[in-house]
Amino acid sequence: MMGTHRIGSAVLLAMALAPMPIAAEVDAARQAELLHLLRHDCGSCHGMTLAGGLGPPLLPEALAGKPPEMLTATVLYGRPQHAMPPWRGILNEAEAKWLVHRIVEGVSDAPH
Amino acid sequence: MRHIEIPALLIALLVTGCAAPRATGDLGLVVERAAGRVLLVETTGRSRLATIPGLGDLSHASIVYSRDERYGYVFGRDGGLTKVDLLRGRIDRRVVQSGNSIGGAISQDGRLIAVSNYTPGGVKVFDAGTLTLVADIPAISASGERSKVVGLADAPGNRFVFSLFDTGEIWVADLSVPSEPKVTKYTDIGKQPYDALMTADGRYYLAGLFGEDGLALLDLWHPEAGVRRILADYGRGEQKLPVYKMPHLEGWAMAGRYAFIPAVGRHEVLVVDSETWQEVSRIPVHGQPIFVMGRPDGRQVWVNFAFPDNDTLQVIDVTRLAVVQELKPGKAVLHMEFTPRGEAIWVSARDDDRLVVYATDSFEELATLTADKPSGIFFTSRAHRIGL
Repeated sequence: MMGTHRIGSAVLLAMALAPMPIAAEVDAARQAELLHLLRHDCGSCHGMTLAGGLGPPLLPEALAGKPPEMLTATVLYGRPQHAMPPWRGILNEAEAKWLVHRIVEGVSDAPH
Repeated sequence: MRHIEIPALLIALLVTGCAAPRATGDLGLVVERAAGRVLLVETTGRSRLATIPGLGDLSHASIVYSRDERYGYVFGRDGGLTKVDLLRGRIDRRVVQSGNSIGGAISQDGRLIAVSNYTPGGVKVFDAGTLTLVADIPAISASGERSKVVGLADAPGNRFVFSLFDTGEIWVADLSVPSEPKVTKYTDIGKQPYDALMTADGRYYLAGLFGEDGLALLDLWHPEAGVRRILADYGRGEQKLPVYKMPHLEGWAMAGRYAFIPAVGRHEVLVVDSETWQEVSRIPVHGQPIFVMGRPDGRQVWVNFAFPDNDTLQVIDVTRLAVVQELKPGKAVLHMEFTPRGEAIWVSARDDDRLVVYATDSFEELATLTADKPSGIFFTSRAHRIGL
Protein backbone atom coordinates (compact mmCIF):
# COMPACT_ATOMS: atom_id res chain seq x y z
CA MET A 1 0.00 0.00 0.00
CA MET A 2 1.04 3.57 -0.54
CA GLY A 3 2.68 5.62 2.19
CA THR A 4 1.03 7.81 4.78
CA HIS A 5 -1.17 10.70 3.82
CA ARG A 6 0.62 14.00 3.82
CA ILE A 7 -1.58 17.02 4.04
CA GLY A 8 -0.01 20.43 4.33
CA SER A 9 -0.73 22.30 7.55
CA ALA A 10 -2.01 25.22 5.49
CA VAL A 11 -4.60 22.94 3.98
CA LEU A 12 -5.67 21.67 7.39
CA LEU A 13 -5.87 25.22 8.66
CA ALA A 14 -7.98 26.28 5.70
CA MET A 15 -10.30 23.35 6.33
CA ALA A 16 -10.60 24.25 10.00
CA LEU A 17 -11.43 27.84 9.20
CA ALA A 18 -13.95 27.05 6.48
CA PRO A 19 -16.57 24.71 7.89
CA MET A 20 -17.79 22.13 5.41
CA PRO A 21 -21.28 22.73 4.05
CA ILE A 22 -23.68 19.94 4.79
CA ALA A 23 -24.23 17.17 2.26
CA ALA A 24 -27.85 18.24 1.73
CA GLU A 25 -26.49 21.05 -0.43
CA VAL A 26 -25.74 18.53 -3.17
CA ASP A 27 -28.96 18.20 -5.14
CA ALA A 28 -30.22 14.95 -6.63
CA ALA A 29 -29.15 15.73 -10.20
CA ARG A 30 -25.63 16.55 -9.09
CA GLN A 31 -25.54 13.43 -6.92
CA ALA A 32 -26.20 11.34 -10.03
CA GLU A 33 -23.39 13.16 -11.84
CA LEU A 34 -21.03 12.55 -8.96
CA LEU A 35 -21.78 8.82 -8.89
CA HIS A 36 -21.15 8.68 -12.63
CA LEU A 37 -17.86 10.55 -12.14
CA LEU A 38 -16.95 8.19 -9.31
CA ARG A 39 -17.49 5.07 -11.34
CA HIS A 40 -16.01 6.21 -14.61
CA ASP A 41 -13.44 8.89 -13.86
CA CYS A 42 -12.24 7.99 -10.36
CA GLY A 43 -12.67 4.47 -11.72
CA SER A 44 -10.03 5.01 -14.40
CA CYS A 45 -7.44 4.53 -11.64
CA HIS A 46 -9.40 2.93 -8.78
CA GLY A 47 -11.40 0.54 -10.96
CA MET A 48 -15.00 0.89 -12.11
CA THR A 49 -16.10 -1.23 -9.13
CA LEU A 50 -13.66 0.68 -6.89
CA ALA A 51 -11.80 -2.57 -6.22
CA GLY A 52 -8.53 -0.86 -7.13
CA GLY A 53 -6.28 -0.51 -10.14
CA LEU A 54 -3.21 1.65 -10.45
CA GLY A 55 -4.77 3.47 -7.49
CA PRO A 56 -5.72 1.69 -4.24
CA PRO A 57 -9.17 0.16 -3.64
CA LEU A 58 -11.89 2.50 -2.38
CA LEU A 59 -14.16 -0.17 -0.94
CA PRO A 60 -15.55 0.37 2.60
CA GLU A 61 -13.28 -2.27 4.15
CA ALA A 62 -10.21 -0.66 2.56
CA LEU A 63 -11.12 2.74 3.98
CA ALA A 64 -12.26 1.58 7.41
CA GLY A 65 -10.78 3.68 10.19
CA LYS A 66 -9.66 6.55 7.97
CA PRO A 67 -11.15 9.86 9.13
CA PRO A 68 -13.67 11.25 6.58
CA GLU A 69 -12.07 14.70 6.91
CA MET A 70 -8.74 13.26 5.74
CA LEU A 71 -10.38 11.45 2.83
CA THR A 72 -12.24 14.60 1.82
CA ALA A 73 -8.98 16.56 1.91
CA THR A 74 -7.32 13.85 -0.21
CA VAL A 75 -10.08 14.19 -2.81
CA LEU A 76 -9.88 17.97 -2.88
CA TYR A 77 -6.13 18.45 -2.63
CA GLY A 78 -4.67 15.21 -4.01
CA ARG A 79 -1.58 13.48 -2.70
CA PRO A 80 1.75 15.07 -3.51
CA GLN A 81 4.29 12.54 -4.86
CA HIS A 82 1.44 10.19 -5.68
CA ALA A 83 -0.77 9.90 -8.74
CA MET A 84 -3.87 11.19 -6.92
CA PRO A 85 -4.75 14.59 -8.43
CA PRO A 86 -6.54 17.41 -6.62
CA TRP A 87 -10.23 17.55 -7.61
CA ARG A 88 -10.95 21.02 -6.29
CA GLY A 89 -12.16 23.14 -9.16
CA ILE A 90 -14.19 20.15 -10.35
CA LEU A 91 -15.69 19.29 -6.97
CA ASN A 92 -16.55 21.74 -4.23
CA GLU A 93 -16.17 20.82 -0.58
CA ALA A 94 -19.80 19.80 -0.13
CA GLU A 95 -19.56 17.52 -3.14
CA ALA A 96 -16.28 15.95 -2.02
CA LYS A 97 -17.71 15.39 1.44
CA TRP A 98 -20.85 13.82 0.01
CA LEU A 99 -18.80 11.54 -2.26
CA VAL A 100 -16.56 10.43 0.60
CA HIS A 101 -19.62 9.67 2.69
CA ARG A 102 -21.01 7.51 -0.11
CA ILE A 103 -17.71 5.75 -0.71
CA VAL A 104 -17.16 4.96 2.96
CA GLU A 105 -20.60 3.48 3.37
CA GLY A 106 -20.37 1.59 0.08
CA VAL A 107 -21.78 2.61 -3.28
CA SER A 108 -24.70 0.33 -3.90
CA ASP A 109 -24.96 0.92 -7.64
CA ALA A 110 -21.41 -0.13 -8.51
CA PRO A 111 -21.56 -3.04 -10.95
CA HIS A 112 -20.16 -6.35 -9.72
CA MET B 1 -30.86 -0.97 -23.76
CA ARG B 2 -32.27 -3.08 -26.62
CA HIS B 3 -30.41 -3.65 -29.82
CA ILE B 4 -31.42 -5.41 -32.97
CA GLU B 5 -28.86 -8.09 -33.59
CA ILE B 6 -28.08 -10.50 -36.32
CA PRO B 7 -28.57 -13.80 -34.51
CA ALA B 8 -25.50 -15.83 -33.75
CA LEU B 9 -27.10 -18.60 -35.76
CA LEU B 10 -26.88 -16.50 -38.87
CA ILE B 11 -23.22 -15.99 -38.30
CA ALA B 12 -22.88 -19.72 -37.78
CA LEU B 13 -24.68 -20.30 -41.05
CA LEU B 14 -22.35 -17.94 -42.77
CA VAL B 15 -19.46 -19.93 -41.42
CA THR B 16 -20.68 -23.43 -41.80
CA GLY B 17 -23.31 -23.67 -44.40
CA CYS B 18 -25.30 -22.31 -47.20
CA ALA B 19 -23.84 -18.85 -47.48
CA ALA B 20 -20.28 -18.09 -48.46
CA PRO B 21 -17.78 -18.55 -45.64
CA ARG B 22 -16.98 -15.41 -43.72
CA ALA B 23 -13.46 -14.08 -43.22
CA THR B 24 -12.42 -11.89 -40.30
CA GLY B 25 -10.08 -9.27 -41.73
CA ASP B 26 -12.65 -6.49 -41.51
CA LEU B 27 -14.00 -7.44 -38.09
CA GLY B 28 -13.39 -5.97 -34.69
CA LEU B 29 -14.54 -5.99 -31.10
CA VAL B 30 -15.74 -3.01 -29.09
CA VAL B 31 -15.67 -3.15 -25.30
CA GLU B 32 -18.96 -2.30 -23.60
CA ARG B 33 -17.27 -1.65 -20.32
CA ALA B 34 -20.12 -1.33 -17.85
CA ALA B 35 -22.16 -4.23 -19.19
CA GLY B 36 -19.27 -6.70 -19.38
CA ARG B 37 -19.91 -7.34 -23.04
CA VAL B 38 -18.07 -7.01 -26.31
CA LEU B 39 -19.71 -5.89 -29.50
CA LEU B 40 -18.70 -7.61 -32.74
CA VAL B 41 -18.55 -5.12 -35.63
CA GLU B 42 -17.48 -5.12 -39.25
CA THR B 43 -15.83 -2.15 -40.91
CA THR B 44 -16.80 -2.72 -44.56
CA GLY B 45 -20.53 -2.06 -44.14
CA ARG B 46 -19.95 -0.37 -40.78
CA SER B 47 -22.42 -2.47 -38.86
CA ARG B 48 -22.93 -4.38 -35.65
CA LEU B 49 -22.99 -8.15 -35.98
CA ALA B 50 -23.46 -9.46 -32.45
CA THR B 51 -23.03 -8.75 -28.78
CA ILE B 52 -21.17 -11.24 -26.66
CA PRO B 53 -21.95 -11.08 -22.91
CA GLY B 54 -20.40 -12.63 -19.84
CA LEU B 55 -16.90 -11.16 -19.83
CA GLY B 56 -16.90 -9.72 -16.30
CA ASP B 57 -15.52 -6.30 -15.32
CA LEU B 58 -14.32 -4.70 -18.53
CA SER B 59 -13.26 -1.32 -17.20
CA HIS B 60 -9.92 -0.70 -18.85
CA ALA B 61 -10.20 -3.84 -20.98
CA SER B 62 -7.96 -4.45 -23.97
CA ILE B 63 -7.84 -7.08 -26.71
CA VAL B 64 -5.25 -8.87 -28.86
CA TYR B 65 -5.92 -11.25 -31.75
CA SER B 66 -4.79 -14.70 -32.82
CA ARG B 67 -2.65 -14.75 -35.92
CA ASP B 68 -5.51 -16.23 -37.97
CA GLU B 69 -7.65 -13.28 -36.83
CA ARG B 70 -10.40 -15.60 -35.69
CA TYR B 71 -10.06 -15.21 -31.94
CA GLY B 72 -9.90 -12.14 -29.76
CA TYR B 73 -8.32 -12.39 -26.32
CA VAL B 74 -10.03 -9.95 -23.98
CA PHE B 75 -8.17 -8.83 -20.86
CA GLY B 76 -10.61 -7.67 -18.17
CA ARG B 77 -9.95 -5.60 -15.09
CA ASP B 78 -11.13 -8.40 -12.78
CA GLY B 79 -8.41 -10.77 -13.97
CA GLY B 80 -10.64 -12.40 -16.55
CA LEU B 81 -9.01 -13.65 -19.75
CA THR B 82 -11.67 -14.46 -22.33
CA LYS B 83 -11.11 -15.99 -25.74
CA VAL B 84 -13.84 -14.83 -28.10
CA ASP B 85 -14.62 -16.63 -31.35
CA LEU B 86 -15.41 -13.92 -33.91
CA LEU B 87 -16.82 -16.33 -36.48
CA ARG B 88 -19.29 -17.88 -34.09
CA GLY B 89 -19.91 -14.67 -32.19
CA ARG B 90 -19.46 -16.28 -28.78
CA ILE B 91 -17.04 -17.03 -25.99
CA ASP B 92 -14.74 -19.93 -26.81
CA ARG B 93 -13.25 -20.20 -23.33
CA ARG B 94 -12.55 -18.08 -20.31
CA VAL B 95 -10.39 -18.14 -17.18
CA VAL B 96 -10.15 -15.76 -14.23
CA GLN B 97 -6.42 -15.70 -13.71
CA SER B 98 -5.84 -12.99 -11.10
CA GLY B 99 -7.65 -10.52 -8.88
CA ASN B 100 -6.91 -7.39 -10.85
CA SER B 101 -5.27 -7.12 -14.25
CA ILE B 102 -4.40 -4.45 -16.76
CA GLY B 103 -3.72 -5.89 -20.19
CA GLY B 104 -1.87 -8.45 -22.19
CA ALA B 105 -0.05 -9.44 -25.32
CA ILE B 106 0.30 -12.36 -27.73
CA SER B 107 3.65 -13.89 -28.57
CA GLN B 108 5.36 -13.60 -31.93
CA ASP B 109 4.51 -17.19 -32.81
CA GLY B 110 0.91 -16.77 -31.65
CA ARG B 111 1.12 -19.65 -29.18
CA LEU B 112 1.29 -17.73 -25.91
CA ILE B 113 -0.89 -15.12 -24.23
CA ALA B 114 0.73 -13.04 -21.50
CA VAL B 115 -1.34 -11.07 -18.97
CA SER B 116 -0.02 -8.30 -16.75
CA ASN B 117 -1.50 -8.18 -13.28
CA TYR B 118 -1.84 -5.62 -10.53
CA THR B 119 -2.97 -8.09 -7.87
CA PRO B 120 -0.98 -10.15 -7.33
CA GLY B 121 1.62 -8.20 -9.26
CA GLY B 122 3.24 -10.15 -12.05
CA VAL B 123 2.80 -11.71 -15.47
CA LYS B 124 1.08 -14.99 -16.21
CA VAL B 125 1.52 -16.76 -19.51
CA PHE B 126 -1.14 -19.00 -21.04
CA ASP B 127 -1.40 -21.40 -23.93
CA ALA B 128 -3.28 -19.46 -26.63
CA GLY B 129 -5.27 -22.52 -27.65
CA THR B 130 -6.42 -23.87 -24.30
CA LEU B 131 -5.80 -20.95 -21.90
CA THR B 132 -3.95 -23.30 -19.57
CA LEU B 133 -1.23 -21.69 -17.47
CA VAL B 134 2.23 -22.14 -18.95
CA ALA B 135 4.39 -19.83 -16.81
CA ASP B 136 3.99 -17.54 -13.82
CA ILE B 137 6.39 -14.62 -13.35
CA PRO B 138 5.77 -12.84 -10.03
CA ALA B 139 6.96 -9.22 -10.09
CA ILE B 140 9.07 -9.19 -6.96
CA SER B 141 12.03 -6.85 -6.70
CA ALA B 142 15.42 -7.79 -5.28
CA SER B 143 14.35 -6.24 -1.97
CA GLY B 144 11.26 -8.46 -1.87
CA GLU B 145 8.67 -5.83 -2.78
CA ARG B 146 5.85 -6.97 -5.04
CA SER B 147 4.88 -4.58 -7.82
CA LYS B 148 1.98 -3.93 -10.13
CA VAL B 149 2.90 -4.68 -13.73
CA VAL B 150 2.16 -2.23 -16.56
CA GLY B 151 3.15 -1.71 -20.19
CA LEU B 152 3.28 -5.35 -21.27
CA ALA B 153 4.28 -5.73 -24.93
CA ASP B 154 5.40 -8.58 -27.15
CA ALA B 155 8.81 -8.48 -28.79
CA PRO B 156 10.47 -10.59 -31.47
CA GLY B 157 12.04 -13.79 -30.22
CA ASN B 158 8.92 -14.83 -28.32
CA ARG B 159 9.75 -12.30 -25.65
CA PHE B 160 7.50 -10.15 -23.50
CA VAL B 161 8.66 -6.84 -22.07
CA PHE B 162 6.95 -5.15 -19.14
CA SER B 163 7.44 -2.53 -16.43
CA LEU B 164 7.09 -2.65 -12.65
CA PHE B 165 5.16 0.41 -11.47
CA ASP B 166 6.00 0.28 -7.78
CA THR B 167 9.67 -0.67 -7.97
CA GLY B 168 10.77 1.12 -11.16
CA GLU B 169 12.03 -1.81 -13.23
CA ILE B 170 11.80 -3.13 -16.78
CA TRP B 171 11.85 -6.89 -17.25
CA VAL B 172 12.35 -8.84 -20.48
CA ALA B 173 11.00 -12.39 -20.35
CA ASP B 174 12.24 -14.78 -23.04
CA LEU B 175 9.74 -17.58 -23.57
CA SER B 176 11.61 -19.50 -26.25
CA VAL B 177 11.04 -22.41 -23.89
CA PRO B 178 7.58 -21.46 -22.65
CA SER B 179 7.67 -23.31 -19.35
CA GLU B 180 11.10 -21.91 -18.47
CA PRO B 181 11.02 -18.14 -18.92
CA LYS B 182 14.41 -16.46 -18.85
CA VAL B 183 13.98 -13.04 -17.28
CA THR B 184 16.42 -10.16 -17.71
CA LYS B 185 15.81 -7.39 -15.16
CA TYR B 186 16.69 -3.73 -15.53
CA THR B 187 16.42 -1.91 -12.21
CA ASP B 188 16.38 1.77 -11.29
CA ILE B 189 14.84 2.74 -14.62
CA GLY B 190 12.88 5.68 -13.16
CA LYS B 191 10.00 6.39 -10.81
CA GLN B 192 6.55 4.92 -11.44
CA PRO B 193 6.54 3.71 -15.04
CA TYR B 194 2.81 3.91 -15.85
CA ASP B 195 2.62 2.51 -19.37
CA ALA B 196 4.94 1.66 -22.21
CA LEU B 197 5.11 1.17 -25.93
CA MET B 198 7.03 -0.93 -28.39
CA THR B 199 8.03 0.50 -31.74
CA ALA B 200 6.45 -1.28 -34.68
CA ASP B 201 9.77 -2.87 -35.62
CA GLY B 202 10.03 -4.44 -32.18
CA ARG B 203 13.30 -2.66 -31.47
CA TYR B 204 12.61 0.04 -28.88
CA TYR B 205 10.63 -0.28 -25.66
CA LEU B 206 9.75 3.07 -24.12
CA ALA B 207 8.24 3.40 -20.66
CA GLY B 208 6.54 6.63 -19.61
CA LEU B 209 7.39 7.75 -16.08
CA PHE B 210 4.78 9.28 -13.83
CA GLY B 211 7.00 9.94 -10.84
CA GLU B 212 9.56 12.00 -12.72
CA ASP B 213 10.08 13.70 -16.05
CA GLY B 214 11.25 11.80 -19.09
CA LEU B 215 10.92 8.27 -20.43
CA ALA B 216 12.95 5.09 -20.01
CA LEU B 217 14.26 3.60 -23.27
CA LEU B 218 15.44 0.04 -23.87
CA ASP B 219 16.99 -0.86 -27.24
CA LEU B 220 16.23 -4.56 -27.71
CA TRP B 221 18.82 -4.78 -30.46
CA HIS B 222 21.37 -3.77 -27.85
CA PRO B 223 20.02 -5.04 -24.55
CA GLU B 224 23.54 -5.06 -23.10
CA ALA B 225 23.53 -1.26 -23.27
CA GLY B 226 20.80 -1.19 -20.64
CA VAL B 227 17.98 1.28 -20.09
CA ARG B 228 18.63 4.96 -20.63
CA ARG B 229 16.59 8.02 -19.84
CA ILE B 230 15.36 10.30 -22.60
CA LEU B 231 13.68 13.70 -22.47
CA ALA B 232 14.75 13.98 -18.84
CA ASP B 233 14.86 17.75 -19.04
CA TYR B 234 11.39 18.04 -20.48
CA GLY B 235 9.29 20.32 -18.31
CA ARG B 236 11.88 20.70 -15.61
CA GLY B 237 10.86 23.28 -13.06
CA GLU B 238 7.38 23.65 -14.53
CA GLN B 239 4.31 22.91 -12.49
CA LYS B 240 2.31 20.04 -13.92
CA LEU B 241 -1.47 20.21 -14.17
CA PRO B 242 -3.49 17.72 -12.16
CA VAL B 243 -3.61 14.40 -14.03
CA TYR B 244 -7.12 12.95 -13.96
CA LYS B 245 -6.29 10.07 -16.23
CA MET B 246 -2.99 8.44 -17.09
CA PRO B 247 -2.04 8.72 -20.76
CA HIS B 248 -1.74 5.58 -22.83
CA LEU B 249 1.39 4.93 -24.77
CA GLU B 250 0.22 1.83 -26.60
CA GLY B 251 -1.05 2.86 -29.99
CA TRP B 252 1.34 5.81 -30.05
CA ALA B 253 2.18 7.42 -33.31
CA MET B 254 5.30 7.12 -35.39
CA ALA B 255 5.51 9.12 -38.56
CA GLY B 256 8.74 8.83 -40.48
CA ARG B 257 11.46 9.34 -37.89
CA TYR B 258 9.21 11.33 -35.58
CA ALA B 259 7.49 9.81 -32.59
CA PHE B 260 4.45 11.53 -31.09
CA ILE B 261 4.03 11.04 -27.36
CA PRO B 262 1.41 12.36 -24.91
CA ALA B 263 2.89 14.76 -22.35
CA VAL B 264 1.93 13.97 -18.76
CA GLY B 265 0.13 16.79 -16.98
CA ARG B 266 0.43 19.19 -19.90
CA HIS B 267 -1.71 20.25 -22.84
CA GLU B 268 0.95 19.15 -25.27
CA VAL B 269 1.98 16.36 -27.61
CA LEU B 270 5.73 15.81 -27.66
CA VAL B 271 7.50 15.17 -30.93
CA VAL B 272 10.69 13.18 -30.60
CA ASP B 273 13.29 12.25 -33.22
CA SER B 274 13.60 8.47 -33.00
CA GLU B 275 17.15 8.50 -34.35
CA THR B 276 18.52 10.76 -31.63
CA TRP B 277 15.66 10.54 -29.08
CA GLN B 278 15.84 14.30 -28.71
CA GLU B 279 12.80 16.55 -28.51
CA VAL B 280 11.89 18.13 -31.85
CA SER B 281 8.74 20.03 -30.98
CA ARG B 282 5.86 20.41 -28.55
CA ILE B 283 2.47 20.77 -30.18
CA PRO B 284 -0.11 22.66 -28.09
CA VAL B 285 -3.39 20.72 -27.94
CA HIS B 286 -6.87 21.01 -26.44
CA GLY B 287 -6.24 19.19 -23.16
CA GLN B 288 -4.07 16.51 -21.59
CA PRO B 289 -3.61 13.88 -24.30
CA ILE B 290 -4.55 10.26 -23.56
CA PHE B 291 -4.18 8.38 -26.86
CA VAL B 292 -1.90 9.79 -29.56
CA MET B 293 -2.46 7.50 -32.51
CA GLY B 294 -0.92 7.58 -35.96
CA ARG B 295 -2.94 6.87 -39.08
CA PRO B 296 -1.44 3.75 -40.69
CA ASP B 297 0.23 5.83 -43.41
CA GLY B 298 1.77 8.10 -40.79
CA ARG B 299 0.41 11.31 -42.28
CA GLN B 300 -1.98 12.19 -39.46
CA VAL B 301 -1.94 11.82 -35.70
CA TRP B 302 -5.25 11.71 -33.84
CA VAL B 303 -5.43 12.73 -30.19
CA ASN B 304 -8.08 12.35 -27.51
CA PHE B 305 -8.02 13.93 -24.06
CA ALA B 306 -8.42 13.36 -20.36
CA PHE B 307 -11.35 14.42 -18.24
CA PRO B 308 -12.69 17.14 -18.27
CA ASP B 309 -11.68 17.84 -21.89
CA ASN B 310 -12.78 14.44 -23.14
CA ASP B 311 -15.48 15.54 -25.59
CA THR B 312 -12.92 16.51 -28.21
CA LEU B 313 -10.63 14.95 -30.80
CA GLN B 314 -7.84 16.79 -32.55
CA VAL B 315 -5.93 15.85 -35.67
CA ILE B 316 -2.28 16.75 -36.15
CA ASP B 317 -0.83 17.03 -39.65
CA VAL B 318 2.66 15.58 -39.32
CA THR B 319 4.11 17.63 -42.16
CA ARG B 320 3.13 20.82 -40.35
CA LEU B 321 3.44 19.54 -36.76
CA ALA B 322 0.23 21.41 -36.01
CA VAL B 323 -3.41 20.71 -35.22
CA VAL B 324 -5.47 20.99 -38.42
CA GLN B 325 -8.86 19.67 -37.34
CA GLU B 326 -11.02 19.47 -34.25
CA LEU B 327 -14.02 17.20 -33.83
CA LYS B 328 -16.67 16.77 -31.13
CA PRO B 329 -17.84 13.15 -31.40
CA GLY B 330 -19.71 13.12 -28.09
CA LYS B 331 -19.26 12.93 -24.34
CA ALA B 332 -16.30 11.01 -22.92
CA VAL B 333 -14.33 10.04 -26.01
CA LEU B 334 -12.33 7.10 -24.69
CA HIS B 335 -10.66 5.47 -27.66
CA MET B 336 -10.25 5.43 -31.40
CA GLU B 337 -9.14 2.83 -33.93
CA PHE B 338 -8.18 3.18 -37.57
CA THR B 339 -9.43 0.75 -40.18
CA PRO B 340 -6.54 -1.39 -41.42
CA ARG B 341 -5.37 1.08 -44.07
CA GLY B 342 -6.65 4.17 -42.31
CA GLU B 343 -9.33 5.58 -44.63
CA ALA B 344 -11.66 5.69 -41.64
CA ILE B 345 -11.44 5.94 -37.89
CA TRP B 346 -13.88 4.58 -35.31
CA VAL B 347 -14.36 6.58 -32.14
CA SER B 348 -16.08 5.58 -28.88
CA ALA B 349 -18.15 8.17 -27.00
CA ARG B 350 -18.87 6.46 -23.69
CA ASP B 351 -21.40 8.82 -22.16
CA ASP B 352 -23.40 9.15 -25.38
CA ASP B 353 -23.52 5.36 -25.80
CA ARG B 354 -22.33 5.43 -29.37
CA LEU B 355 -19.57 4.89 -31.88
CA VAL B 356 -18.85 7.47 -34.54
CA VAL B 357 -17.01 6.67 -37.76
CA TYR B 358 -15.17 9.44 -39.61
CA ALA B 359 -13.44 9.61 -42.97
CA THR B 360 -9.87 10.60 -42.20
CA ASP B 361 -9.38 12.71 -45.34
CA SER B 362 -12.60 14.79 -45.36
CA PHE B 363 -13.41 14.36 -41.62
CA GLU B 364 -16.95 13.60 -42.74
CA GLU B 365 -19.07 11.57 -40.32
CA LEU B 366 -19.69 8.28 -42.13
CA ALA B 367 -21.75 6.37 -39.60
CA THR B 368 -23.02 6.29 -36.05
CA LEU B 369 -23.63 3.02 -34.22
CA THR B 370 -25.16 2.48 -30.81
CA ALA B 371 -23.04 0.84 -28.16
CA ASP B 372 -23.50 0.57 -24.40
CA LYS B 373 -20.82 2.67 -22.64
CA PRO B 374 -18.20 1.82 -25.26
CA SER B 375 -14.52 2.09 -24.42
CA GLY B 376 -11.79 0.28 -26.37
CA ILE B 377 -12.17 -0.48 -30.08
CA PHE B 378 -9.92 -3.22 -31.46
CA PHE B 379 -9.80 -4.37 -35.07
CA THR B 380 -8.38 -7.71 -36.15
CA SER B 381 -5.61 -6.05 -38.18
CA ARG B 382 -3.81 -5.76 -34.84
CA ALA B 383 -3.08 -9.47 -35.15
CA HIS B 384 -0.11 -8.84 -37.39
CA ARG B 385 1.45 -5.89 -35.65
CA ILE B 386 4.39 -6.20 -33.27
CA GLY B 387 4.20 -4.73 -29.81
CA LEU B 388 0.46 -4.30 -29.25
